Amino acid sequence: MMQTSANKERMNVEPGTVQSYEELRGRLARRDRSLREKVVTLEQAASFVSDGMSVGIGGSTMSRTPMALIWQLIRAGKKDLSCSRCIVSTDGDLLFGSGAANHIETSWFAQGILWGLSKVMRHNVESGACRYDEWSHMAMGMRYRAGGMGVPFLPIRSMLGSGVAKQRPEAKEFDCPFTGEKLLLVPALNPDVALIHVQRCDAYGNAQIDGLQFMDIDLAMAANRVILTTERIVSNDQIRRAPDQTKIPFFCVDAVVEVPYGSAPHECFGVYEPMMQHLEMYVAQVNGDPIAGMKKYLDDYVYGPKSWTEFLSMIGVGEIVAASRRGRSIFDD
Amino acid sequence: MIEAPKYTASEIITVLSARQLKDGQIVFAGIGTPLLAATLAQRLHCPGLTILFEGGVIGAFVEPGKLPPSTNDQRCTKRANMVLGSADVLLLLQRGYVDVGFMGGAQIDRYGNLNSSYIGDPAKPKTRLPGTGGGNDIASLTNMIVAMKHEKRRFVEKVDFITSPGFIRGNNTRAESGLPEGGMFRVITELAVFSFDDNSREMKVLALNPGVTKENLQDNTGFDLVFDKNVTVTEPPSNQELTTLRVLDPDRLFIA
Repeated sequence: MMQTSANKERMNVEPGTVQSYEELRGRLARRDRSLREKVVTLEQAASFVSDGMSVGIGGSTMSRTPMALIWQLIRAGKKDLSCSRCIVSTDGDLLFGSGAANHIETSWFAQGILWGLSKVMRHNVESGACRYDEWSHMAMGMRYRAGGMGVPFLPIRSMLGSGVAKQRPEAKEFDCPFTGEKLLLVPALNPDVALIHVQRCDAYGNAQIDGLQFMDIDLAMAANRVILTTERIVSNDQIRRAPDQTKIPFFCVDAVVEVPYGSAPHECFGVYEPMMQHLEMYVAQVNGDPIAGMKKYLDDYVYGPKSWTEFLSMIGVGEIVAASRRGRSIFDD
Repeated sequence: MIEAPKYTASEIITVLSARQLKDGQIVFAGIGTPLLAATLAQRLHCPGLTILFEGGVIGAFVEPGKLPPSTNDQRCTKRANMVLGSADVLLLLQRGYVDVGFMGGAQIDRYGNLNSSYIGDPAKPKTRLPGTGGGNDIASLTNMIVAMKHEKRRFVEKVDFITSPGFIRGNNTRAESGLPEGGMFRVITELAVFSFDDNSREMKVLALNPGVTKENLQDNTGFDLVFDKNVTVTEPPSNQELTTLRVLDPDRLFIA
């Protein structure tokens, strides 16, 4: 049922096009925002995403990436997704390399500073197979914020005068009616669906995020649908004991999936740090050959395993324990 | 015969960059050398330096031997005063709270414009580079220190693409494009320290690193250099600076 309504809700508009306010409110009005349990499986959650949708991805770089859900979207054979994220790393490689996405809006796209350029991104973008639209980091944030505020744009003072702005005609230079200063208006970004991984939430979707929030709160408010993956589902009583820790309210959320280690091999603040041995193996393989190396990685680690848990077992218990020990050490004095 | 230097190129860049920071400043640091140099300054002459990271961190004290692989990792939050959203920490630049922006560079030109987006024609690039990240915001909204390797192909007359603006085409063109005050303040390389002319906004050599000649420097630069009237020679990194640096980065992640 969700899939049918997801299809109906698909906008499929040119990126940078601002959705009409009436449409945006209408889509929200049609969502079931009641206090209800919404726990589903990873497979069911992936079925809420249709080919061609715009997908906002939470976290940043190698942190709190909703990796299990991205992994499941690839396994489910999704196509032509148009993704956005504040900073993209190996998640973008997998989305482009598998054909799940052909377009990404972000401010930075490589595997990580330690490894230089992503050959997968280069291969897909330089060949024209996929599109990478570049915005400044703050512009991405203001686009989600405008989306979350229900306004069509926000003004910023960066990007002016740069090649980055010249490449984005959807951002408009504008003379301020109060001061006469030149400003850049960046268009609201309201993804069809947002994928966000958190440390804990309840069955209703009240989500608590430890540490860095990145743009996830704005993203959740902006999106027309939100799927949460969570390290663990806790009781609503536990949420209510510390409501100041709740960063995303339940009525923004459409589905909840409990996926321990759901950001692996990336990090989840306070739970585990990045699994660098696996990432180094990955980077060497796909940068060695961005086509065959990526195909082999997808066959071995995405299509091969029967479940997310089996994928984790392929990363290996030794590396997961070490990453967890480092992850928890952030709370030491 | 000249004695071989007792430090790597990355080490002298980091040490000289750290020297540019003053105690009490609020500095917005990118990953790599900037993060390391700001952390080094904290341990040497700037115990009250406040370091911001784009991941949403105010006042980090990164732990020795636990350098983060990006400025969005949990290690960046160690002993921070506050964590907040990425957009909100970037907005501190726009509001004017930040004294110094500090980042690395792939390609820079005579007017301090940085390119980290494309090599070759942007419409049909030879190489698609990672892009701006917060670089454009930092360069647009505060005074910048850039720390980078000095190579002829990196120091060019005109960048292929302006990812992070310096003084655009010199003179008043930065202000005319609508950008606030600020812009490039210093460029630090393993060969020299540069500032920018107050009027023409051209890069100019402020000081040569130990053992570097003007000819040397010009040979490694893709445009005709302007030298300050009083070019000095920089003091080499001290033992204390190098020892402290090597304790911070024992795995030589950023100083190899």
